[in-house]
Amino acid sequence: MKSGAAAAVATPVAVSIAHPARSASNRFEAMRSAVSLRHVVVLAGVLLLPLAATPFMLFQVVAQSLVLGLIALSLTFLGGYGGMVSLAQMTVAGIAGYAVAVLGFSSATEISLRWPWWAAIPVALVICSLAATLVGWLSVRTEGIYTIMITLAIGVAFYYLVLQNYSVFNGFQGMREVYPPKVFGVAWRDPVPFYYLSLGCALAGYFLVRWVVGAPFGIALQGIRDNPRRMNALGFHVVAHRVAAYALAGFIAGVGGVLFVWYNGLITPGSVGTSWLINILVIAVLGGMKHPIGAFLGALVFVLLQTFAIDLFDRERFNLVIGGVFLAIVLFSPDGLLGLWEKLRLRLGPAQRLSHNSRRS
Amino acid sequence: MNRRAALATALLVGGPITVFSVWALADNPRLYLVTLMNSLTLASLYFIVASGFTLVFGLMRNVNLAHGSLYLLGGYVGFFVAERTGWWVLAMAAGFMAAALAGLLIQVLLLRHMQGQELRQTMVTIGLSIVIGDLLIWIFTGQVHQMEAPEWLQGPIRGIPLIKAYSAYRLSLLGFGIAIGVGLWLLLNRTRVGAMIRAGVDDRGMLAAAGVNVNLVFAVTFMLGAGLAGLGGVIGAVELSMVPGEDTRLLLASLIVVIVGGMGSVVGAAIGAAILGLAETYGLAYAPTYSVVFVFVVLIGVLAFRPRGIMGRPA
Repeated sequence: MKSGAAAAVATPVAVSIAHPARSASNRFEAMRSAVSLRHVVVLAGVLLLPLAATPFMLFQVVAQSLVLGLIALSLTFLGGYGGMVSLAQMTVAGIAGYAVAVLGFSSATEISLRWPWWAAIPVALVICSLAATLVGWLSVRTEGIYTIMITLAIGVAFYYLVLQNYSVFNGFQGMREVYPPKVFGVAWRDPVPFYYLSLGCALAGYFLVRWVVGAPFGIALQGIRDNPRRMNALGFHVVAHRVAAYALAGFIAGVGGVLFVWYNGLITPGSVGTSWLINILVIAVLGGMKHPIGAFLGALVFVLLQTFAIDLFDRERFNLVIGGVFLAIVLFSPDGLLGLWEKLRLRLGPAQRLSHNSRRS
Repeated sequence: MNRRAALATALLVGGPITVFSVWALADNPRLYLVTLMNSLTLASLYFIVASGFTLVFGLMRNVNLAHGSLYLLGGYVGFFVAERTGWWVLAMAAGFMAAALAGLLIQVLLLRHMQGQELRQTMVTIGLSIVIGDLLIWIFTGQVHQMEAPEWLQGPIRGIPLIKAYSAYRLSLLGFGIAIGVGLWLLLNRTRVGAMIRAGVDDRGMLAAAGVNVNLVFAVTFMLGAGLAGLGGVIGAVELSMVPGEDTRLLLASLIVVIVGGMGSVVGAAIGAAILGLAETYGLAYAPTYSVVFVFVVLIGVLAFRPRGIMGRPA
């Protein structure tokens, strides 16, 4: 057990350390070596996508995947790098969404405070980050499997709160007509602007997570994931690291939550209900929690299934399909689609790494 | 906990409750007492469902998030058996058996193959809860099914001082809760199987080393835990009615009961159920749109001071 844990500490850290560049030229050099051809191809592809895709594909499929992927990314960061699988990430996103609706504009005129967007959005993000910190502080007091229970309980309790409460959350009706503001004369909810907006946020989130997991904080977090007692003995403050991870993940989820409200144009208790809490987990696990890109991959598959399920089978049975796919992934490929890809590459291509630590329970 | 801490806790928790009780009793004694009865009867239902959850968790460290779905399954099966045969006792047995069988299948076919991988097991039960929930909607539709109480429990009991009249069925819930609590206590403390389960809770490895077939003990416990959820489903089908979504509600109740009470402890489940029932029902009666906030406050208070729950011990 002890030696196994030691190996588990060593491998991911060794893999994910990106040597911090000392000087500007070094940094440029490092950036150029980090950017390979596939990055350029992918970037050009996503930037030019609006030329090829129909507005429906762009808005309903790709933009929605990016937004859901951003929320799932926060879970990937927490679960994959922090070892804390929280089911409350959609709750945190929903808190940001509700905050934007309550502070800004919505159809519920007696509730909304009609703040301008440059005040409402930052305050909403602060509120959801604080809420995430509280959730984190509550759930990191116990460890492991307790986390999932406590976060699920918090998430479901929040759902019942917004369902019952009419004075702040407008109850069952929720807040309608919540749209992005017109900034620089652009209607941000039109397919192409919204696509670029969500793409910008998604890329920022992706690179933020990539950067954080390579920074000292991220390395310490991964160490805590693999062996909290040893990290504690080394002098790291385990609880503080974990709560900070929750706060950062809460901020990312909050950005996703604001975008999700704008995408839907409304927020109702249903958006923070159990099925959505679980959907975020499904997305993250589907893609694979070992790499930030898994969240977006999982979201794309999820949205495609959701959008085109109607052509393949009864629309009503979507839950059965998504539940079945999730079960199959958990049973046969715990590392998600990325894990499948890795296996395929190992089998087909030349051996890329000598030691490959694929199992983590 | 030393004496001063205990005294401080008693004052901090008991003080506001006493003040509230005195005010509420003076204001409207009937409302207060009816709410008290309602909370205790609801707590019995929560206890029945959550005791199964906590039993499974205590032995296998397995958070069965499909527990709510098993509750709903038991309720539906019980409903249809009662409708066909008219025998309520038979319906209860059928609900118990259906959920127990489903639990046995889950344990033997899926969870046994990933022993020790707690997170993966939990994710499997999440997937199962989605699948079972959707299958139940497919088979039983999304309509509301309301089961009738057996004839000898229909109608109110009259002539109780102050309360005047109270539903006989709701009162019987209290009896069920106590009966199942006593039954579980006898099973765990007076039988050989119970001794094995308790030994397994304390040290699984040692139990296996002592020559006990741990897999069998696990299967029996999982069956019992799932069966209790199903039994709760039949009992709850009369009081709460069966609709998709009740599974979430009972899952939340089970989670909070075991988080507050302490995981793996049946006594803790009873305490947790009582606290949750009181907080929820009094919240609904006295501050309808904020009743969940009371549950939150209880949850946060317990987690802040006793992270492992009131009766919890380090795992």
